[in-house]
Amino acid sequence: MNSIVYTFIVIGCFFNLVGSIGLHRFPDIYTRLHAATKCTTFGSIFLVAAVMIQSVGTWGTEGMSSPQSVLTLHAFIALVCIVLTNPTSAHAIARAAHRSGVKPARAVVDDLEGDRHD
Amino acid sequence: MKAIKFLVSACVAFLLYLLLTTASGSLFLWSREELIIGAVFAIIVGMVTKDMVVKKSLRMLDPRRALLFVAYFFAVFLPAMAIANVDVVYRVITGRINPGIVKISPNLGNDLSLTLLANSITLTPGTLSVEVDEKTNDLYVHWINVKKQALEKMPRDYKAVCGSFPDWARRIAG
Repeated sequence: MNSIVYTFIVIGCFFNLVGSIGLHRFPDIYTRLHAATKCTTFGSIFLVAAVMIQSVGTWGTEGMSSPQSVLTLHAFIALVCIVLTNPTSAHAIARAAHRSGVKPARAVVDDLEGDRHD
Repeated sequence: MKAIKFLVSACVAFLLYLLLTTASGSLFLWSREELIIGAVFAIIVGMVTKDMVVKKSLRMLDPRRALLFVAYFFAVFLPAMAIANVDVVYRVITGRINPGIVKISPNLGNDLSLTLLANSITLTPGTLSVEVDEKTNDLYVHWINVKKQALEKMPRDYKAVCGSFPDWARRIAG
């Protein structure tokens, strides 16, 4: 049980680390959003999964309604909120950036540039 | 219709309250106070938000759609997300990117399925929905590694960008 939890934490931290490195390496706001939002979401899924497994492990000894056991549910709700809000905010930032005239760096194609209706 | 709208949104609010206060007492898992105050809040929230939670039809109450969504999330979406994450890690480390904004026409009929598709595209690393054309329901997607063969014809092939996501979005919320 413990080794699964540790593995998940290591994987989660790895993806969060890669997200932070990508934030520095990529050239413009769009590519940075890829690294900064998506890798951290995937990392957070693993971190929350680790918390849930740890918490499920206490069901046997402490019963279903101790603060440790309820953490399963609360961690899951936190995960649902992350998965719902993360793409929404990433989309909002990208849209605002394009509307205020930020061009994608090194872009091979930009279909949106000619098609703007506003 | 108004009463059903209110009932649906109040039930959703009450269920959410119950989830957040699990294990507060001994009536099943909740205390009496939490149940009462939760019901009061659920009624208030249901009255205020009934037109936002339920827009036009009640089709999303169909349990088959919920099952389809769960199947889509675990069998189609999570594997695609895992593969794409590894791909982005590779691009972060090597720095090999080929970005661009492409336009795809998924031909989805309503807002909910389009939202589902746009969020799926954004959550999958490597693709990020930037803008939507509300007249034709076209999506503009920022793609970190544009493939040459996807650029050949003008309504871009959405298979290359997001696989079978549009078909699933149509099945779940169409």
